[in-house]
Amino acid sequence: MATLSHTLAANGLLTAFTFVGLVMWFSNAVSKYLTFGRIHGSAIGILIGLALAFWAGLVTGGQKGLADLPVLGGIGLMGGSMLRDFAIVATAFEVDVAHVRRAGVIGAVAIALGTLLPFLVGVGAALAFGYRDAVSLTTIGAGAITYIVGPVTGAALGANSAVMALSIATGVLKAILVMIGTPLVAGAIGLNNPRSAMVFGGLMGTVSGVSGGLAATDRRLVPYGSLTATFHTGVGCLVAPSILYLAVRALTQS
Amino acid sequence: MTISGVALLAICTLLGGLLGDWLGIALGVKANVGGVGIAMMLLIAARLWLFRRGLLSEGVRQGVGFWGALYIPIVIAMAAQQNVVSALKSGPVVVAAAIGTLIVCFAAVALISRMGGPVETMDEIEARETGASNGAG
Repeated sequence: MATLSHTLAANGLLTAFTFVGLVMWFSNAVSKYLTFGRIHGSAIGILIGLALAFWAGLVTGGQKGLADLPVLGGIGLMGGSMLRDFAIVATAFEVDVAHVRRAGVIGAVAIALGTLLPFLVGVGAALAFGYRDAVSLTTIGAGAITYIVGPVTGAALGANSAVMALSIATGVLKAILVMIGTPLVAGAIGLNNPRSAMVFGGLMGTVSGVSGGLAATDRRLVPYGSLTATFHTGVGCLVAPSILYLAVRALTQS
Repeated sequence: MTISGVALLAICTLLGGLLGDWLGIALGVKANVGGVGIAMMLLIAARLWLFRRGLLSEGVRQGVGFWGALYIPIVIAMAAQQNVVSALKSGPVVVAAAIGTLIVCFAAVALISRMGGPVETMDEIEARETGASNGAG
């Protein structure tokens, strides 16, 4: 047993490939035989991943889900930002340039709205729960944009760590809900073509949420959604600590 | 050679990350601005360039295609390392903000993507393309 766990831990990335392979094989079987193909295998796989991360978080008390278990440390490398970005960029090989050109302007509109709308909802929620100072309101609102915009904004404005934690948690929960919710609402919001995928990426923002949600809906939509989503965090980091903060401060002081 | 595809992909990803960091510094932001998006555009440009010169070999396609195919397993590994416990535990303000954002944004996607009139769905595009290649072959 000790030898086995040593071998698995010493070959972390290979253990991760094996583990994720088993999860995917199981999810595809569930998709085919229990839901008769109605729920995508990758959606089930992502849900299993999140459920295991929840379980591992309870067991280890750590912050990185399954990657905190010594034997499954390789999951951290396999699902980390380096390989994630590498694989997302690879999907661009399938992009049809004509579709991107046609959706150019609408994609920019989506990114602008995707920054403003979550911010307003986040600030509204913070107001409803009793926060009144401009720094806390802006930091929580920024967290609703993405979980990177939140802490970047909070750090720039000097927010306290409890508010920062709330801000990050808002962004993470949003990303998780996007992964789970997208396949469920895809039909209702017309998510079946490159243009709506680009609008979706710009509005939802979170790269992990968008890429996971689209993967669970239709793998062919992933490159289009990722293309706009990737600009979202940058735009958020740009406007949240500056223009949006000044607007919130002006409104709270009056 | 397969490695040329992998190397091309790595060059585009690294270059995109570098340009995204520079863009962030130029704009005075502590973040990477559009690094992955820039990398994707570099890769699209490289594919068109290679295709026009007849250099788009099967090896290059395989090297890039392999990583594109591994995309979903990588997303599952990403999901498996989220801090789900703290996201669910941190209180009602988080849940309210996240669910509110989700509803508003889903509604906005539905509105905006319908504004420009009907567009071809992914299934229709694929059907047309296979039809065209069958006709040509």
